[in-house]
Amino acid sequence: MKKIRLMEVCGTHTMAIARSGLKRLLPDEIELISGPGCPVCVTPQEAIDRGMKLAGISGVIMTTFGDMIRVPGSGGSLDDIKKDGADIRVVYSCLDALDIAERNPSRKVVFMGVGFETTSPTAAATVLEAKRRKVDNFFILSNFKVIFPALEAIARSKKARVDGFICPGHVSVITGSVPYERFAEKHKKPCVITGFGDDDILDGIRRLVVLVRSGSSSVEIGYDRAVKKRGNIRARHILESVFRTVDSEWRGLGKIKKSGLKLKNEYASFDGEKEFKVKVPRSLLPEGCACGEIIQGILSPRECRLFGKGCTPRKPVGPCMVSSEGTCAAYYKYGRRK
Amino acid sequence: MKKTVTLSHGNGGRLMHELIETLRVKFSNRILDEMADAAELDVKSGKIAFSTDSYVVKPLFFPGGDIGKLAVCGTVNDVSMKGAKPLFISLALIIEEGLQFSVLEKIARSIRKTAREAGVKIVTGDVKVVEKGAADGIFINTSGIGVIDGKMKRIGSKARKGDAIVINGGIAEHGMAILNAREGLGFESAIKSDCRNLDLEAERCLKSSKNISVMRDPTRGGLATALNEIASSSRLGIEICEKDIPVKPSVRNLCDVLGLDPLYVANEGKFVCFVAGADAEKVKKAIGPRARIIGRVTSSHKKEVHLKTKVGSSRILPVLESDQLPRIC
Repeated sequence: MKKIRLMEVCGTHTMAIARSGLKRLLPDEIELISGPGCPVCVTPQEAIDRGMKLAGISGVIMTTFGDMIRVPGSGGSLDDIKKDGADIRVVYSCLDALDIAERNPSRKVVFMGVGFETTSPTAAATVLEAKRRKVDNFFILSNFKVIFPALEAIARSKKARVDGFICPGHVSVITGSVPYERFAEKHKKPCVITGFGDDDILDGIRRLVVLVRSGSSSVEIGYDRAVKKRGNIRARHILESVFRTVDSEWRGLGKIKKSGLKLKNEYASFDGEKEFKVKVPRSLLPEGCACGEIIQGILSPRECRLFGKGCTPRKPVGPCMVSSEGTCAAYYKYGRRK
Repeated sequence: MKKTVTLSHGNGGRLMHELIETLRVKFSNRILDEMADAAELDVKSGKIAFSTDSYVVKPLFFPGGDIGKLAVCGTVNDVSMKGAKPLFISLALIIEEGLQFSVLEKIARSIRKTAREAGVKIVTGDVKVVEKGAADGIFINTSGIGVIDGKMKRIGSKARKGDAIVINGGIAEHGMAILNAREGLGFESAIKSDCRNLDLEAERCLKSSKNISVMRDPTRGGLATALNEIASSSRLGIEICEKDIPVKPSVRNLCDVLGLDPLYVANEGKFVCFVAGADAEKVKKAIGPRARIIGRVTSSHKKEVHLKTKVGSSRILPVLESDQLPRIC
């Protein structure tokens, strides 16, 4: 029987699948491959380097999500320069960064934002709130991305050979299922928006197998307790009023048209890139690192020659190992067998 | 202005004697009151268990406990896990100048209460004051001594093939309570630290079976780390069942939101008991209604812990490479 290759787009799915050991239970005909939906993993090294440079400027408080602080740039990670005295703070929400800015009016507070439609609307709402509160020492360094252009790139690529997509539950709370319908129709690939419990994921796989077998390219919402067809219109409205889409570099995937988010001109005073004009050299993936292929589902972590040898969670080389939701970290943590 | 601890409270002068005297009165007992350079302890002949630990928790007060309670429980529990009855502890305080006296008093009252509950005497101690920034409010070190009943079976660090693993209740409560309090996450749930003395439960355990090989309280690094240590030192495999591991729903939800695995989150009032399979039910009953049998020791996959997942698969439960980071989405 022909193998069915299903891509779980989201890093949270990758982690949940690894944690439950689900792959070992699936018949050989069903293969799960991991996609580009770990925001840390697809953030290019230049973005990390820019964040590091900003964090090193005297008077700056750099805030970011916990995942980001150990991601290696070309000269160490935020965690490393924190040890040398840079003021770097982990926040759980972008609004926390705004509060820090209000409490420290003599400092410049930068929020280094990464993520997809799950996190970008809260950053947009924070910008609006900063404007309302008249906070002028708060800046966003936007590395936000939108997921659909990347999915398009993967669907177009011959190498990944994906038969169906296990689509991210949380992103879809915002986007709704409508954009998937256009995508599925265009590429003739079925999509199931899936929740994060073991039973949700099993149900998503079952639905996709049925759709693939019947040659259908429809979209189903398996995670209907959270996802509505039209999504969260208000959140999207806020997002669109603050950010504009720009061409954006994805680690591993290269430049993708209209796949990144930057602040609109009317909010330029909150734009960290404009406030601090730092230049960072273009950098390449470390030699031997296969994160690029892994993000696209072309290679599995075990096929990378650094995996588990030169690259471990303790000394990560590529982003897929450092992010707790990265494919390599999931394989390393839960997949090793003697 | 509120009265605070100053560097003068640590310089050997009158203020230092006043401070020490305040504390001595709180913890007063015959041995401590001698105020000699060392405590003289009466112990029956035989073996003693001796343990030490330092406490640097932030915040100093958290739902379910405080640094004082933790400093007593932690050491009482370490001694108890060796099958010993804890009797004496030392108490050393390193105070950052500027700590309010009222805070110190509150911590001291908590230390007294917790020590009384465990039946341990504070028999020697020390106070140092360091300049601002050299500590974080207060650091505490305690060491504890307990006596081992010579008639009881020796509790070691090696499990045996066929042992069952019993735990005394839900995991990850201490770590999540601290995280919630420290980061001001604002989850107004009832997550409280499980910080408490385990001496009585350990004693009941030991009385219920002569076939206990190991007792361990899984503090830093959580249950997964403690089990890995035991698998490694025993050169045996451990298999645990995900569905049998108790986690309170509120704790599990907070872990889920932050992307943390409760198996790696710290506990301060939990212990696992490795006992011959045939006695597992007896031990479980002796511990109490929250106790659960969560797994067993096997001779396969030596030095590894395997987890049977809820969906019926199995995977390795590794040693954590570094501390868990909250995730983005």
